[in-house]
Amino acid sequence: MALLDYFLRKKEKQVTTASKAKERLQIIVAHERNNRNKQPDYLPQLTEDILAVLRKYIHVSDESFSINLDNKDGDLNVLELNIELHDEQKAD
Amino acid sequence: MARIIVVTSGKGGVGKTTSSAAIGLGLALKGHKVVLIDFDIGLRNLDLIMGCERRVVYDFVNVINGEATLNQALIKDKRVSSLSILPASQTRDKDALNKENVGKVLEELGETYDYIICDSPAGIEAGAMMALYYADEAIVTTNPEVSSVRDSDRILGMLASRSRRAELGLEPIKEHLLLTRYSPKRVEEGEMLSVEDVEDILSIPLLGVIPESQAVLKASNAGEPVILDTESDAGKAYQDVIDRLLGETVEFRFLVAEKKGIFSRMFGG
Ligand SMILES: Nc1ncnc2c1ncn2[C@@H]1O[C@H](COP(=O)(O)OP(=O)(O)OP(=O)(O)O)[C@@H](O)[C@H]1O
Ligand SMILES: [Mg+2]
Repeated sequence: MALLDYFLRKKEKQVTTASKAKERLQIIVAHERNNRNKQPDYLPQLTEDILAVLRKYIHVSDESFSINLDNKDGDLNVLELNIELHDEQKAD
Repeated sequence: MARIIVVTSGKGGVGKTTSSAAIGLGLALKGHKVVLIDFDIGLRNLDLIMGCERRVVYDFVNVINGEATLNQALIKDKRVSSLSILPASQTRDKDALNKENVGKVLEELGETYDYIICDSPAGIEAGAMMALYYADEAIVTTNPEVSSVRDSDRILGMLASRSRRAELGLEPIKEHLLLTRYSPKRVEEGEMLSVEDVEDILSIPLLGVIPESQAVLKASNAGEPVILDTESDAGKAYQDVIDRLLGETVEFRFLVAEKKGIFSRMFGG
């Protein structure tokens, strides 16, 4: 029944393993991209608070301060603070 | 200004070294000055694929540590004089490379070469990071298979956030998709992701599609990059990649399965 086989095979094509693969990939990739781009809501407030504390002790200009939340490889998050200290502000 | 191009993938064994060798040699054959750098510290293989393994005296890490000059470590290709190879070290520890010392080497190479091709190690760790950090362009080498596509997407994330261009807020790295080990027949049978599927998911411009080819193994056996096998499908597909990298518009080939004619069927072609 070559002819019947032919039609059956045509129909099977709708749910091939490749289309399953594509569907799964689209979901996981969208999910992972979302995680990569997400900055938590608390970050702006946290930045303000840290700056306020720092400024109790030293002079920190906006340019010499940066804060960055980095998603290293999926599950590890690193909060990175960079504060540039100028000579006269070094703790003594 | 040299174009710094990283050949990267995340997943291992997808064809980065094969592609680096073919692309480096192909660009040099077009008259450009090219240097190929093996960033796979501890697992060097580019020398073997290029067929210059017996001429390695000094390596990348020797240069970094000041034990050799760049000129001492660079191996001139015997086939094309405008091509050089900087081999990876075989044994030393991976932490030898850092942004600062790699940057210095690339800067010095940039004075002489038009193209600096960086063959990245697999993974998304420090080694892969170093290979992509200074890139202007990235050739994201991907197999039509779920884990490879997913890892390529993670590499795209790193290119966009961890590279020098990202850190300095410069124009982003130019991304190219290179689909390798492609089997049109399996795609037609619904067993393999198609070019369009992978393009849909990664959404970066397609640079080339290299078919699964017996010519690749022959080429690596002989230490002759597959682009030199001008009669082979993979060789031709890499040649198209070169033309596209140089700005030409070239139609994609080897995307449909060869229909076996009655003769080849009769004679087992
Ligand atoms: N188009 C192709 N057709 C058939 N085989 C291929 C093709 N491309 C690569 N290969 C084979 O796949 C294997 C891995 O290739 P290669 O070493 O280039 O990958 P890689 O990404 O550099 O690996 P690694 O991550 O270990 O550095 C080799 O055996 C190579 O011959
Ligand atoms: Mg490799």
